Amino acid sequence: MRAYAFRRILQFIPTILIISIIMFVLLNLLPGNAALMAGDQRKAPDPRVVEQLKKEWGIDKPIHTRYFIYLKGLARGDLGTSFLRREPVNKLVGNRIWPTLRLSFAALLISLVIGIPLGFISALKRGTLIDTTAMIGAVSGVSIPQFWLGLMLMYLFSVILGWLPSSGYGHGKISHLIMPAITLGIGYTALLARATRAAVLEVMHKDYIRTARAKGLSEFLINWRHIMRNTMVLVLTTAGLQFGALIGQTVIVEKLFAWPGLGSLLVDSIFQRDIPVTQGCILVMILVFLIVNLVVDLLYSVVDPRIEY
Amino acid sequence: MKKIGMLLLAAVTAFLVTTGGALASSGGTFIFCAPYGGDLFSLDMHKTSRTQDYIVGLNINRSLYRWDADQSKPVLDLATGVTISADGKTYTFTLRKGVKFHNGRTLTADDVIWSYNRIAQPKTASSAASYIANIKGADKVMEGTAKTIVGLHKMDDLTFTMELKHPVDIGYALCKVETAIVPREALEAGEAKFATNPVGCGPFKFVKWVRGSEVILEKFDNYYEEGKPYIDKLIYKIMPEGAARDIAFRAGELDANIVGASQYPVYQRDPQIKDHMIEVAEMYTRIIGFNSEFKPFADKRVRQAINHAINAELIIKKLLKNKAVPATGFLPTSSPAYDTAMKGYEYNLTKAKALMKEAGYEKGFTFECIATANKSWGVGIVESLIPFMKRINITIKPQQLEGAALGERARTGKFDAFIWSIESGPDPLETLNRFRSTTPVSAGNYTAYANSDYDHALDMAAATGSADEKLSWLKKANRILFDDAPFWFFNYNKAIIAYQPWVNGIKPVAIEMMLQDFTNLKLDESSPRK
Repeated sequence: MRAYAFRRILQFIPTILIISIIMFVLLNLLPGNAALMAGDQRKAPDPRVVEQLKKEWGIDKPIHTRYFIYLKGLARGDLGTSFLRREPVNKLVGNRIWPTLRLSFAALLISLVIGIPLGFISALKRGTLIDTTAMIGAVSGVSIPQFWLGLMLMYLFSVILGWLPSSGYGHGKISHLIMPAITLGIGYTALLARATRAAVLEVMHKDYIRTARAKGLSEFLINWRHIMRNTMVLVLTTAGLQFGALIGQTVIVEKLFAWPGLGSLLVDSIFQRDIPVTQGCILVMILVFLIVNLVVDLLYSVVDPRIEY
Repeated sequence: MKKIGMLLLAAVTAFLVTTGGALASSGGTFIFCAPYGGDLFSLDMHKTSRTQDYIVGLNINRSLYRWDADQSKPVLDLATGVTISADGKTYTFTLRKGVKFHNGRTLTADDVIWSYNRIAQPKTASSAASYIANIKGADKVMEGTAKTIVGLHKMDDLTFTMELKHPVDIGYALCKVETAIVPREALEAGEAKFATNPVGCGPFKFVKWVRGSEVILEKFDNYYEEGKPYIDKLIYKIMPEGAARDIAFRAGELDANIVGASQYPVYQRDPQIKDHMIEVAEMYTRIIGFNSEFKPFADKRVRQAINHAINAELIIKKLLKNKAVPATGFLPTSSPAYDTAMKGYEYNLTKAKALMKEAGYEKGFTFECIATANKSWGVGIVESLIPFMKRINITIKPQQLEGAALGERARTGKFDAFIWSIESGPDPLETLNRFRSTTPVSAGNYTAYANSDYDHALDMAAATGSADEKLSWLKKANRILFDDAPFWFFNYNKAIIAYQPWVNGIKPVAIEMMLQDFTNLKLDESSPRK
């Protein structure tokens, strides 16, 4: 398993290299430049300052030269310096990664705790009122726009009930995390519930379940030992793949709740044409995605001992 | 007895009014928002050019002058006095005694001279360079051919002279927070550190910046105005999302909030908020710029016809919910050179059609107007013009771009027309200079406007020593610009701040409403943070 993990980690290098080329070219093709965005666009730009900034940031150099400078830095783990904030991207991204991971994992936790049992119960009670209600809830959960849901939660819990702070990071207090995590996690919960239900229904009709029942095993043991464990491989795949999307979705939630994460930094940097920061954010998000997928792959063998690496 | 009682009551009422409410006293925490486009970039005022950063930096720093919101003009701040030579080109400043930086050191004339020299250095790439460009020798430093500005001379620790190239009111330029006076040693200890941990001499000192979330400042006990500021702590929440700000304000988490067009009518109807709003016509003029290189727009009759063909007031009422003041020219109502006699282009379809016919465009033409998604001066406004334009046989095609892309197109003149909000103050001369024939497109004269009469009026305004004469020339220039109509003059932004009932001291700041100086702000005892 160690050898497998090592091989997978090595595969990260070409993946990141290819992504870095695509990203660099696309971002540099975008119209508009950071030297202009450095100022308030309502004011008359000072051409002298614009030229000075272009020179300072090296954006007057040809694209291939800029890419190799960037790559050289990347090999040393240096993501460059922000054009507009004039700070190392490593530091900026480093400051923002924890709030995003915290939010994503909180959303993941909510989804796992609610989504999996809900899907499981739905499948076991297929066709009953519980199943129908749960699945209507799941479809609604997937369909609700995060922005709207977030606003409604804010209105209810902050303005009407006054129980929770409406936004902000609150120096890491749990009370500030609850609403953003629910907003982010609700769609994911619904998705997991549906995936779990489908997986359980598939496993329930397998021969080994019939055998287990025939040999007189109790329903609890059938559910726990046979259905649950066999279902988990499928659920894990869905959870792993969707976790990447979840990190991407933090953009909306972070903006709405003024959450100081990577998503809001990414959006700001794109609009401001702060290319080093945009590249840094995307690379880190991809790296997190790759690591999560690797962890999920490794977990397969824990959940299902038949899988070996 | 009854009379005495009435007198006492009147005296108490007068006291309450003048003190901003008897319950208002020192102390407490004030929570404001920083609403413009995400996290701050830098708190080094010389190196940033974002309003979002100035909102915070204004309360950490002080400049030679400050903007007085009540008088709507610059007044001396770090200087207590100034004498101006007869030719208006030499200013001799006397600095305020005992002004302390947050690091404990006393401010001297050396700090002022050093700060202006830093702004001029090419490596600083400061957007504030244009504000000090009129000081003799500053341009040489900016070009890199001189090391120091020769026009600044220290007389003693509290006195220095400033020689100017042209006799202008330098207060307009030096009241900007971008020209803040900073302690040399703090910057020499590390510019990067200074940008995130600034040292100024303003009423509040820096405590903490939680990236992307908030900036915390606290009262500076050695601030030069005795007993001020009144509040102990000032927190700026970085909140770019209008709906989230609205909820935070309603939940009492924000003490004041900038009001958007969608919230304005709702707030006006809300009995708890409607009496706690302050508004001002900001010095930003929303326009559609016509590219004079695009053939139909080369004819001023066409540009005038478009101005006559649009019912701007109706658009302001229906789309902007009256959160704007109809434009009567380029300079806004809050500008010192605003001409009250100007009435704006009358909505008159007959006149518009006649002008189109005269210009030979009776059958009309098609043009593209680039716009952002901005609700107040974006693609939605351009779309609302389609039916008005149709009536004079013009087809207008809106094209949505995002800010950076539009900025680049405007700066390079690659457009037929664009819609934007342009700074139109505070210094009317500097503002109008943007449209001189000699100002290149890349420097903000996007429509490539050129008129020698206009240039002449500005030359005369710059050269005269008489304030009245200067205003008269500026008004003339503004009229010429209006008559030539290189723009569709849409509106001046009506900026509004809503505040909680316990807040006293929000000001109508015409240069940018969010640039609130909280030195005099007080909180009532009913504040939940007191």
